[in-house]
Amino acid sequence: MQTETTKTPKNRYWTLFLSTLTISAFTFGGGYVIVSLLKKKFADELHWLEPEEMLDLAAIAQSSPGAVAVNAAILVAYRTLGLPGMGVAILGTIIPPFVIISLVSLCYTAFRTNPIVAAVLKGMQSGVAAVIADVTVNLTRSVRKESGTVGVLILIGAFLASWLFSVNVLWIIFICAAYGLGSTWLRLHRRRERML
Amino acid sequence: MLYMQLFFSFFQIGMFSFGGGMAAVPLIQQQVVNGHDWLTMSEFTDLITIAEMTPGPIAVNSSTFVGMRIAGVPGALVATLGCILPSCVIVALLAWLYFKYQNLAYIQGALAGLRPAVVALIASAGVSILTLAVFGDGVASAAAFNWLGAGLFAAALVVLCRYKPDPILVMAGCGVLGGALYMLQGGVV
Repeated sequence: MQTETTKTPKNRYWTLFLSTLTISAFTFGGGYVIVSLLKKKFADELHWLEPEEMLDLAAIAQSSPGAVAVNAAILVAYRTLGLPGMGVAILGTIIPPFVIISLVSLCYTAFRTNPIVAAVLKGMQSGVAAVIADVTVNLTRSVRKESGTVGVLILIGAFLASWLFSVNVLWIIFICAAYGLGSTWLRLHRRRERML
Repeated sequence: MLYMQLFFSFFQIGMFSFGGGMAAVPLIQQQVVNGHDWLTMSEFTDLITIAEMTPGPIAVNSSTFVGMRIAGVPGALVATLGCILPSCVIVALLAWLYFKYQNLAYIQGALAGLRPAVVALIASAGVSILTLAVFGDGVASAAAFNWLGAGLFAAALVVLCRYKPDPILVMAGCGVLGGALYMLQGGVV
């Protein structure tokens, strides 16, 4: 796994930091993009990881709560340089958005009252709503493909619970996760019974 | 006390947003707009716009933005830390389990159950943003209906479905075109 034997550990931390920093600073478009960039850097370029291993790490990053980009960086570091590496990778991934958003936040307060900025942001509201609608349509399609009518019914139920009845988001998440665990248990149990 | 509230709110967002990207949006709305009145719905929508157009995960960008607005740099640090802390612990735990047992059946089962819920919650947050874009801050009524906002939304959705461009371009386009049209209408304030 660790083919770069010429580099001292200290250098490797520095490489890890700079790699996660640049990947994070120039990646627009969220977690799935960053996973492929991490693969390119750490598997194809640096050979710190096997490409197949990177796929497993991507699956874990997507299965864990939180931002996929942060999770993936943590996992790559955990696999290559252990716990201290995790800290380095988190810093590298967090610093660019932290700095950029802090600056934007300061400007936002000053610019929000400007009529042109207000008009542009008002226009963008429609754009964001459209992006979310598009994401929802695509995801609903994949839910239907994956879990059929039951999935779509759960989707509609959860939507009504949240939007119409203002049920707490966390309850909806707990109940659906419990349902998923329960049905997995049933499936594995039935399979075992059939084998006996 | 404020720091504690920021920390725990974003800790919950980091802990319970499954699926990345937009999945965090409904949780952020619940914590920041409905739960604490830290942002108005309009500011929240701006935040999602900004978070989408800058590099970095939405959840992390939001924690920095809200923390900064509520309590300056220390607030931003506390909120961001709260947001990524659950990830660190859970990811390390899952990775350890995975490399030990090479089996993710239960995790994947739970996620399969969660997926419809996540989509539903994203849709629900989307409806609130759409309501804001089309009816404004007040009560949704026929009198408050904003033809320009609705038209832009429909046009953007058609472009997204048909040509599958980068969402950032669509939002920027809506900003430029919509901004110009709103200015011609006499501004939005």
